[in-house]
Amino acid sequence: MALSEKEVEHVALLARFNLNEDEKKIFAEQLSSILSYVDKLNIIPTDDIEPLTYILPVHNVFRADEVKPGMPREEILANAPLAEEGQYKVPKIM
Amino acid sequence: MSKDYETVIGLEVHTELKTQTKIFCSCSTAFGAEPNTQTCPICAGFPGVLPVLNEKVVDLAIKTGLALHCEIPEICRFDRKNYFYPDSPKAYQISQFDLPVCKKGYLDIDVNGQKKRIGITRAHMEEDAGKLVHQGDITTTPFSLVDLNRCGVPLLEIVSEPDMRSSQEARVYLEKLRAILLFAGVSDCKMQEGSLRCDANVSVRPVGQLEFGTRVEIKNLNSFRALERAIEYEAKRHMEAIEDGEEIFQETRTWDEEKQQTRSMRSKEEANDYRYFPEPDLPPLKISREWVEAIQATMPEMPEQAQKRLVETYGLPEYDAEILTLTPDSLAFFDQCRQEYPDAKTVSNWMMGEFSRLLNQNNQEIAESKLQASHLAQMLKAIDDGSISGKMAKAVFEEMFASGKSPQVIIKEKGLVQISDEGTLLPLIEDIIKSNPGVVDDYKNGKEKAFGFFIGQIMKATKGQANPALVNKLLKDKLGSI
Amino acid sequence: MELYELTVHELQKRLARRETSSQEIVKSIFDRINAVDDKVKSFITLTEELALQKAQRVDSAGKYEGIAGIPLGLKDLFCTRGVKTTCGSKMLADFVPAYESTASRRLEEQQGIMVGKLNMDEFAMGSSTENSAFFATHNPWDLARVAGGSSGGSAAAVAADEVPFSLGTDSGGSIRQPASFCGVVGMKPTYGRVSRWGVVAYASSLDQVGVISKDVRDNALIMNIIAGHDPLDSTSAVEDVPDFTTVLDGNVKGLRIAYPNEYFSQGVDAVIKESVKAALLKYEEMGAIVEEVSLPYSEYALPAYYLIAPAEASANLARFDGVRYGYRDFSAENVADMFCQSRDQGFGDEVKTRIMLGTYALSAGYYDAYYLKALKVRRLIANDFTRVFKDYDIIVAPTTPTTAFKLGEQFDDPVTLYMNDILTVPVNMAGLPGMSIPCGFNQGMPIGMQLIGKAFDEATLYKAAYAFEQNTGFHTMKPTLGVK
Repeated sequence: MALSEKEVEHVALLARFNLNEDEKKIFAEQLSSILSYVDKLNIIPTDDIEPLTYILPVHNVFRADEVKPGMPREEILANAPLAEEGQYKVPKIM
Repeated sequence: MSKDYETVIGLEVHTELKTQTKIFCSCSTAFGAEPNTQTCPICAGFPGVLPVLNEKVVDLAIKTGLALHCEIPEICRFDRKNYFYPDSPKAYQISQFDLPVCKKGYLDIDVNGQKKRIGITRAHMEEDAGKLVHQGDITTTPFSLVDLNRCGVPLLEIVSEPDMRSSQEARVYLEKLRAILLFAGVSDCKMQEGSLRCDANVSVRPVGQLEFGTRVEIKNLNSFRALERAIEYEAKRHMEAIEDGEEIFQETRTWDEEKQQTRSMRSKEEANDYRYFPEPDLPPLKISREWVEAIQATMPEMPEQAQKRLVETYGLPEYDAEILTLTPDSLAFFDQCRQEYPDAKTVSNWMMGEFSRLLNQNNQEIAESKLQASHLAQMLKAIDDGSISGKMAKAVFEEMFASGKSPQVIIKEKGLVQISDEGTLLPLIEDIIKSNPGVVDDYKNGKEKAFGFFIGQIMKATKGQANPALVNKLLKDKLGSI
Repeated sequence: MELYELTVHELQKRLARRETSSQEIVKSIFDRINAVDDKVKSFITLTEELALQKAQRVDSAGKYEGIAGIPLGLKDLFCTRGVKTTCGSKMLADFVPAYESTASRRLEEQQGIMVGKLNMDEFAMGSSTENSAFFATHNPWDLARVAGGSSGGSAAAVAADEVPFSLGTDSGGSIRQPASFCGVVGMKPTYGRVSRWGVVAYASSLDQVGVISKDVRDNALIMNIIAGHDPLDSTSAVEDVPDFTTVLDGNVKGLRIAYPNEYFSQGVDAVIKESVKAALLKYEEMGAIVEEVSLPYSEYALPAYYLIAPAEASANLARFDGVRYGYRDFSAENVADMFCQSRDQGFGDEVKTRIMLGTYALSAGYYDAYYLKALKVRRLIANDFTRVFKDYDIIVAPTTPTTAFKLGEQFDDPVTLYMNDILTVPVNMAGLPGMSIPCGFNQGMPIGMQLIGKAFDEATLYKAAYAFEQNTGFHTMKPTLGVK
């Protein structure tokens, strides 16, 4: 299964990566190679098979609705690249 | 032009479920805290953290579904909805995609006497995002600040079928939905605090066409009025576009309250592929029929049942019943007052009249008001037994509202006790008659004003506290006997 | 023997008899690290001062219970309060968490002494530790060769006697494969056995915390401490944790051992196959019953893994957006650019490849064909194991198709490198426990034998592994740390 550079561009946007032209080529090749390999799964008939979504046969794992102290603001902001007025600061959205 | 077209509206309502803690961590959900003081590594999306589901959220979701006549499937689960935005710390929202907690419900509305059933497609649980604070408008600010307090607050997203056909129907649906959520006790539904949010999906099609037109989503509707205006504006925009042969893009638009118009929000580049997949960190939910029944047993009286009761048992007009059951606080106040003072219509009149006026004036909700239901009942009894006049009652009521004191205390403090004692009034009346022989003659000669003069004088002498009906009677008798 | 050469249980004895102190042990460890780590390069961060302080406290208290006073290393994706946690990535080069992973906390509560954070493939993606953003780790048996991955530092440090034991994680073989390459014992328990809280997530339905040690007894006694339900992890099992050291009796009479023919195919080195077959003969000598079986869907585990793991990883790593922690490109003028530039510069190529692969597999139009398909194949793989375990107690196979390859070996095709995991991945797909123990050498490089067990039956694995180990003695062999 070959991936075109355009498709790589689209996927890179979804994943929020900036790829230059060379990188797009290389990643297109690498991804195509891997996808060709995983294509071997297509031989297996799986129409009647239930996907194995959860490993453990567990349901209903809950927690009580009781307030516990969170993390103090200084600690939550301690690793922030940029913070101001007790909040994370980011450049303009639009 | 509008005669040829039909507006099709569906509403997506997000309500914050009333729990103490967030959906996946034990941080408080209290409103109004200093930024980033109600966060922890889980809701702030730090590396290595894992979600743990708050059981109360599921309880309230099931309760809401039952109140909206939904099916509660036996299995549901969470999914990841993937998108990047600064207010979304994990860059995915834990939500529910193909197996939601509630399905296929309905809500009945009454618009201008016409009853209509609005379908509810589904309701699902999800976590809220944080808040972005901009300097000015989002489109012009040079930077934004991120507050994650709200991240992880539990939301229930309630999606209606596109069954509404007018802005009015949409408004009534939202009002009714809000009342149901309040009565069920699952949310405090404060639009101004964001615990009730509404997005509208609007499309337009020629009458008779089965296919739906292009659908546009409208966000940033912060009031019922905004909802109505935005729908009307957008419908008109679509109709004009169709008439002019212009394309309507399927997109998200924001309502600009200042300019009273919708504006496009999404840029073309933005890929909206959410890539939903099952949340591997949370095992699925099995909702037993016993659990559902246990929740059903805790369901309080819903607005519709209460309205029926007010009309059938207490003989109130439907209009009164609707107003009194807009909120559970209002209904509770009415019920308590009526229990002590059985004349339902009088209670209703005072609630819809004076009480409502003072609440609006002071920007208060019933829950915040100092006025107690039993005090109103006592006041109404005092009017009946003549202790105070109807006129004085208004002043007493205002004081009860302002101070929370009982009518008896207020009457005493302000010396407002109505004089209904003949022994006190008669000498006064005789006195005034004696001092005004000329007016007596006027009265005898048929001048009606003369009677009013005497009433005025007596009221003046008693500082308005004389029982007017009694004064009337005694005065007439006295004058008649002269 | 030097203190740094001893196992945990040997150190426990010395401490109990007051023949040594925790401070002496820690000093010995740091002497060793200083002597060899510039060659092996296991560690990203060393915490000598902190370790000595803790050792002093343990010695002052004078009580040596459990692992009190005994040093350990942690793969650098365990969040350690106040200590840098990089995940081998530029993205988190300066990240210092204010919270602790459950597994490391349990060791800390027992007074275990962390001496440093160990090198790994970036965000656990790789099979050689060459994908670390900082440097590669060298195999102590031949410094020109890789230590394996992604827990390369964790395995190399134990093999080089830099720590008596370490914790790693395994999502497709990342404990077992480096353990095999470095000639040490590596156990990946059943999915859900050890809490994932505080372990930076790669593939949520596959990741498991495990132990790397010099021998089986050490591994069992550490597993005792870290295993068990954690309310902070909703996928953590409620199963009771037996005392894994009580099964270490050397008796495997009547043990039913299956070996799947698919794991002895052409892709596996002949010497490795012979070595494991010899081990199976040994088991027969010890009274076990050994029979060949088939796990027909084995060859599909790797392709299915390379859809599921990247898909989950693509979502797990999306939180690295430069907003709240981690690397941010400050030259970006708007948020969209900030996301793209920060992630582009903060992540290495392998991470980007897997994230894009995962994103693609989940994207509109491809979800059914890729991600969902892989989940269905996963069911078939798990069914294979279930069927075999009806009649057998454990499965034995090679751990890796080759011994450690040379550092810097160029692979044109990414899939060739992925093939390293072909024998370990099926175990993660089924969520079963899997272990690697040394069982031989090929031209001086260790060969690992893999033992696979039923869900929550780590005890039988430990039993079988112990019996083999005590009867052969591979665990007593140590690398000389020279270049071949």
